[in-house]
Amino acid sequence: MEESHEPHAHHDHGKHLKLYLGIGGALFACTAITVWLSYVDFGSSRANFIVAMIVATIKAGLVGAIFMHLLSERWTIYRVLLLTGFFVLGLFLLTLLAFHNPISL
Amino acid sequence: MAHQVSSHEVAPHEHHEHHHVELGFWQKYVFSTDHKVIGIQYGVSGLIFLFAGFTLMMLMRWQLAYPGHVLFDSPALGKLYQMIFGDKMIGPDAQGHPGVMSAELYNAFGAMHGTIMVFLGIVPTAFAAFGNFVVPLQIGAPDMAFPKLNMASFWSFLLSGVIMFASFFVPGGAAKSGWTSYSPLANITDQAPNMWLTGQTLWIIGMVFNITGSLLGAINFVTTIIQLRAPGMTWMRMPFFVWANLVTAFLLLLAFPPLEAAAIFQFMDRIAGTSFFLPSGLIVGGQQVHISGGGSPLLWQHLFWFLAHPEVYVLILPGLGIIAEVQANNTRKPLWGYKAMVFAILVLGFLSFIVWAHHMYLTGMGAAVSTFFQTTTILISVPSVVLLTALILSLWGGSIRFTVPMLFATAFLPMFGIGGLTGIPLAFNALDLYLHDTYYVIAHFHYLVAPGTIFAIFAGVYHWFPKATGRMMGTFLGRVHFWASFIFVNGVFMPMFLQGMLGMHRRWYDGGASYDVSKVVVWGMSGFDWNKVISMSAWGLGLAQLPFIFNFFYSIWGGKKIGRNPWDATTLEWVAPSPPPHGNFDVQPSVHRGPYEYSVPGAEADFILQSEPTSATAPAAPALAH
Amino acid sequence: MEIPFNVTARPDTGLYNAKVGVWLFLASEVMLFGGLFSGYLFMRLGAEPGYWPHGLLNVPVGTMNTFILIGSSVTVVLAWAALKMRQFTQYRIFMLITILCGITFLVVKLAYEYPQKFEHFGAFIKKDALPKYEKYLGNEYLAGKGLPERVEITGHLHNREALNDSNVKEYEVALDPINAEPTDPASDRPHFWPKPATEKMVTIEKEDVQYASVFAPRHSSYFAIYFTITGLHGLHVLGGVIVFIYYLLPVSTALYRQNPEHLANRVEVAGLFWHFVDLVWIFVFPLFYLL
Repeated sequence: MEESHEPHAHHDHGKHLKLYLGIGGALFACTAITVWLSYVDFGSSRANFIVAMIVATIKAGLVGAIFMHLLSERWTIYRVLLLTGFFVLGLFLLTLLAFHNPISL
Repeated sequence: MAHQVSSHEVAPHEHHEHHHVELGFWQKYVFSTDHKVIGIQYGVSGLIFLFAGFTLMMLMRWQLAYPGHVLFDSPALGKLYQMIFGDKMIGPDAQGHPGVMSAELYNAFGAMHGTIMVFLGIVPTAFAAFGNFVVPLQIGAPDMAFPKLNMASFWSFLLSGVIMFASFFVPGGAAKSGWTSYSPLANITDQAPNMWLTGQTLWIIGMVFNITGSLLGAINFVTTIIQLRAPGMTWMRMPFFVWANLVTAFLLLLAFPPLEAAAIFQFMDRIAGTSFFLPSGLIVGGQQVHISGGGSPLLWQHLFWFLAHPEVYVLILPGLGIIAEVQANNTRKPLWGYKAMVFAILVLGFLSFIVWAHHMYLTGMGAAVSTFFQTTTILISVPSVVLLTALILSLWGGSIRFTVPMLFATAFLPMFGIGGLTGIPLAFNALDLYLHDTYYVIAHFHYLVAPGTIFAIFAGVYHWFPKATGRMMGTFLGRVHFWASFIFVNGVFMPMFLQGMLGMHRRWYDGGASYDVSKVVVWGMSGFDWNKVISMSAWGLGLAQLPFIFNFFYSIWGGKKIGRNPWDATTLEWVAPSPPPHGNFDVQPSVHRGPYEYSVPGAEADFILQSEPTSATAPAAPALAH
Repeated sequence: MEIPFNVTARPDTGLYNAKVGVWLFLASEVMLFGGLFSGYLFMRLGAEPGYWPHGLLNVPVGTMNTFILIGSSVTVVLAWAALKMRQFTQYRIFMLITILCGITFLVVKLAYEYPQKFEHFGAFIKKDALPKYEKYLGNEYLAGKGLPERVEITGHLHNREALNDSNVKEYEVALDPINAEPTDPASDRPHFWPKPATEKMVTIEKEDVQYASVFAPRHSSYFAIYFTITGLHGLHVLGGVIVFIYYLLPVSTALYRQNPEHLANRVEVAGLFWHFVDLVWIFVFPLFYLL
């Protein structure tokens, strides 16, 4: 099966190269920021946790959206990921709920 | 921009890829990447494991009916028993004759019966075997999307089976902590001679290989169904069997990994001395255990049941799919409520992920979380009832042919009904307080799996055997097999409801004899006495399989030869030759109709194949319309 | 017999088979690491005060490893882009860098971080023996500042035979700074640059010890989950590296000559896996090293 048509999903990869390097730089910066922020006290350990998770989510979002091309992906993939996200949240939240809601006699 | 990549590049390839590299024996029959060979490999292995798990149960039933008696009251068998399992596992009776199952061996058989039946028996047979063989054919594909991955999945599964089987023969015997392998027992049990060479650890290793095989298989199924449907095979033209397998594959894909995580944790606990599931201050045998503590036994239960609840839907859904196909075919009319069934099965699959803690009502959960799980558990009965009702209503007005597959399919309906309806009391926290871990639960789930899925498996075997071999299985032996199985399976499980309601507990090695002091008698028998009825029915059920085994092997070479479509069915697998060659179809079919065009008014025959063009789509050009 | 849509996309889904397959696989991996992280949550929430340690991992090394892994994510996507633009040499260079980054990550972890942990020792002191070791724990000072109490003495174990020999009745430990100077405000919270064990020695009686171990999985639920998650993550890194090496072998060069789009798709799919591995690390790093 020889190459008869050009890859059409991302037609100009040259433009994308700058984007990839830029996002890489942003990720490096976020890493440095999260390390620095971990030495700042935000009041409670819960607050520290939330701050760290927000930065991590931003980094994860950049990797997912740009490097994994999720921003331009198809609905089939989105559906699979939405289902997965729902179930993983269910696992976390319901297990946490069970942990925090023991029987009271 | 997103221009149509014309699919004409697909059709011509079907013709010119005839390299005819003649594959050797090993590549054709052992390390094959052909989905049909792999399906048969799964099927034969699965049936063997089902038989092995059944044998374990038959031995357990002797112990339950006649605790303390030598095996089958035969000194010769008792001696053989001891030779196989050793004198630590097989003890003497009151007179000193060897051949009495010890409590440890009973527990090992119980745990392995569950594990083998669920993970090595039903899933490979109902899902992997039939799914692999039939799904690509039914959607008009030449094979699965990833044939090599398919082969890898099978071998991973087989390896897991070998490991599980080998675990019987290590010192200390097989895993004994239930198929649910609860911590802390599963962590601390079985320590000799070292942690690696014990049944419990091998159970974990076997499970990891089994889960890997299932995950890879699930990926294959979903990709194949999404990507390889023939032109014209829209989602709502897929046979219900394909929908059932799609949902099952998703359940396996997303529910298995947390159990893999838990299995790794339990493995670390046993091998590396961690305390994932061991709480602080744990005392075993009067001694404080030398561990760091800080773990939670409940974590194991949550992660285990997160899989194991969707797993039970994995066990039943392919069976429902098979029954739908067999039923539509043998009633000569379309399924009633196909769309409702499709939506019901999707909702069922979705809800199955958020009901798991109904297995944990007695672990000390508070009101909020119990209420949540009770609500979702009751909700999930709704799509189940939709499915059963649609199947029952589909019988109305049909011209029913009681072929052997149809006998099993018809019996499936009330049996599935009993199994499902008896689950409803268990959904309620208050009732489950009494019924949890009693024989009532055993009866409930066995009604779904034994006269449920296993009957569906039998129906599927009799139905698709002609496609796989080009020959029919014998009808007379099939009827004997059906009636004997039907009668005995009810004899095994119906009394268990009674025993459960009388309070008899699961996993009691003496069959409730010590509980019998309550002396509650129903219909002339105490809970314990019913064990004899159940056990004899179980042995009868075992004998009832002999006609099937004989029929199966005999018919491969001696059955009546048939052509492509002996059942006059409408779905695409009956377009291919019997058996289909590598690549399945002479010409890729294109689909013009729904899957159940039976008894269409005005048609010549009482069935029309899916690939038969309608007057609107009659092909004018040679290139297939899509 | 050819499987349709192996290389070209199916029109209605817009996807080729391997892409669907790998996203499904990644969905299952999300559930796997989800299960592992729910274990982390349970362990952390269920830990008694003082039994979930902080500052025991090497943050500078972890940060460097994070940079290495993120860098390799950049290079793998550049490798794929080069392949799509049919720049084969560029592709090979970027792929090689990706592989080297992956190997470096593993070497740092397995040859430096893990062995360092196994050299480090910690003893949890029994509740009623805590006052006896006050000068190494500084709990009165901590209580005065409203900080949680310390229950563990850590450092370098000099008499390793004490771990297995029940005849040896005490541990000889060269103290970590946090136990050598427990009332020094610098010891209140973890610092970026780790400090080695001091020369100051302490003898801890075994009968005062709740549980003692080197920093191995059995030490505490913290190290149990740390080693399990990073170990599994490391196995995934290794898997990715092996696949990438395969994509540099002559068989892959031959595939490029025959059907470059096919190789590009394979690299894309492997790259997606690699990004996922990076994603997991993005969460592992703060959860274990920083929080």
